[in-house]
Amino acid sequence: MTTGELVIDVHGLNKSFGKKHVVKDFSLQVKRGEIHGFLGPNGSGKTTSIRMLCGLLTPDSGSGTCLGYDVLRETASIKREVGYMTQKFSLWEDLTLRENLDFVARMYGMADRRAAVAGTLETLGLVSRQNQLAGSLSGGWKQRLALAACMLHRPRLLLLDEPTAGVDPKARRDFWEELHRLAGEGLSVLVSTHYMDEAERCHRLAYLAYGNLLAVGTAQEVVEARGLAVYTIVGPDPTAIAARLRGTPGVLQVTPFGNTLHVAGTDAAQLEAALAFLRADRSCKVEPSAATLEDVFISLMPDSPEATQ
Amino acid sequence: MSGRGFSLSRWLGIILKEFIQLRRDKLTFGMVVAIPVIQLLLFGYAINADPKNLPAAVLSADESPYSRSFVRALENSGYFQVVKQLGSEREAEELLLHGDVQFVVNIPADFSRRIARGETATLLVEADATDPAATSNAVAALLQLANTAIDRDLLGVLQNPAPLPPVVDLRVHRRYNPEGVTAYNIVPGLLGTILTMTLVLMTGLAMTRERERGTFENLLSTPALPIEVMTGKIIPYIIVGLIQVTLIYFFGTWLFHVPMEGDIVLLYFVLLVFIAANLTIGITFSAIATNQLQSMQMMVLYFMPSLLLSGFAFPFRGMPEWAQWIGNLLPLTHFLILIRGIMLKGNSLFELWPALWPILAFTLAVMLLGLGFYRRTLD
Repeated sequence: MTTGELVIDVHGLNKSFGKKHVVKDFSLQVKRGEIHGFLGPNGSGKTTSIRMLCGLLTPDSGSGTCLGYDVLRETASIKREVGYMTQKFSLWEDLTLRENLDFVARMYGMADRRAAVAGTLETLGLVSRQNQLAGSLSGGWKQRLALAACMLHRPRLLLLDEPTAGVDPKARRDFWEELHRLAGEGLSVLVSTHYMDEAERCHRLAYLAYGNLLAVGTAQEVVEARGLAVYTIVGPDPTAIAARLRGTPGVLQVTPFGNTLHVAGTDAAQLEAALAFLRADRSCKVEPSAATLEDVFISLMPDSPEATQ
Repeated sequence: MSGRGFSLSRWLGIILKEFIQLRRDKLTFGMVVAIPVIQLLLFGYAINADPKNLPAAVLSADESPYSRSFVRALENSGYFQVVKQLGSEREAEELLLHGDVQFVVNIPADFSRRIARGETATLLVEADATDPAATSNAVAALLQLANTAIDRDLLGVLQNPAPLPPVVDLRVHRRYNPEGVTAYNIVPGLLGTILTMTLVLMTGLAMTRERERGTFENLLSTPALPIEVMTGKIIPYIIVGLIQVTLIYFFGTWLFHVPMEGDIVLLYFVLLVFIAANLTIGITFSAIATNQLQSMQMMVLYFMPSLLLSGFAFPFRGMPEWAQWIGNLLPLTHFLILIRGIMLKGNSLFELWPALWPILAFTLAVMLLGLGFYRRTLD
């Protein structure tokens, strides 16, 4: 396999549940060894897209490959080589850690099952708790166990659906270090998340909103492509200023950050005009600042699901 | 990586997982053992096809030693308990209507006169036939005792040792099926119904439980095949079923003295087939249903005909043809023939085969149906 080869290459995938068109013309390319972030508001179709990639849902239309296998016809082959971590903890709570890992290893017909399970327990630092029921683990440990379980059979591609939701910052950092280490070894990852710091750790990003793919690229490309003008305002009464700015033409979002306000707009000139009254006020300080990924995503978000349909 | 076909290793993995989960669910495991014993004791003792001390009333138009002697004999038989002497036909009618008595014995005015003349006297017994099973043995006892009771009186009064024509012509108004249930029939029948109820329920919730807990998504994302999952989930419960069967068999023969005429190996073979049939229907319901409630509804749909049309609750030959046809589709119907055949008649496999193959065919057909309905995706 050469670097740059596509592990995910799908075009125009569509999925509807009843009358609800959940994913529209979804296209995505992920290269080998790449950590691809998958972002978007709740209910935007991220989980549905991931499920279509690993053969858990059949797309209504569209085509493509996952690890070179057809996503419509070769789902059995895809399942063997993909590690899928569900959003909700889906291991068996009434089985112990070891029993869960052992079961998963058996499902993938691993020849060196015992060694693989023992090794995973070792890596997780859970050898002493291997006979504890999975249901009794804390949220963070459940996530780590689930991740370990989906990597047990040494997949070539990981599909992770919000793997760090509810996990503490230290555990999240460890998790991401592990992901980068694995990516360095050639593993490809598609990971959905709501955390901006995690998005910034991805090699590339895809932003999905209500079934539509709105932005794709590196974090920098995504920010630049949106072309947001952003100002930081320091003033005596941020609440009053915010109230006055909201709804003004050219102002897309006003976000308080402690004692400062973050104001963003897509049209720099129009935004500048909206802020003119503050420039006249000596007690206020208006300074241009760099747009963050969060600014970009929030600016993509306000449309309601109905608006984009 | 294993091949694309059935994987023994995966299958064993699923069996092992089900075993561990079953063992850990202590309440369910306890119920599996306790339910058959409790039900057997409860129904084995409660269902009595030979009830005694049935309330009866006597409407006597003849006050004589003969009639008094007859009433005493009624009570001595143990089947009847005379709760009231009646004055009028209307009163008798009312008692029967309210279900206060099971029988009304009518002694006509010419009862003693006819006996004294050596003629045959007539007795009318009205039986409450709403529960025919309750009255059958009592009625059978009546005829016998009517003649013997009067005979003894005649011997005392007339000193006539010569055999006479029947002294009493007993007329019973009744409507019940002569094919009554005997005590020995109850236990084998219970074995079948208890297995049907508990085993279908066990696997009936097996798939829907995975689905509702969200673990089904995980199972689906692995290469496990539908046939591996479905049969793998059945195996542990076969052993559960055999434990239940052994308990029922032990208590049935020990407490209820049910005879065992046939071969015990054959009995267990037949039981194994029947257990597999019920587990298969359960897992198929589970594969068709999307949640536990739906699965439960399908189970009820299956339980009711199994209980009522199989010949357990009501005589099979008493049912109309279309009902027998439905009954013949159910494994319990054939199982009752098999179990009674082995335990009570000592049948061999050759004689049992006509009732055995329908269960095997049923199991295969239902398994194929379940595999057809098994969801390979989350669509």
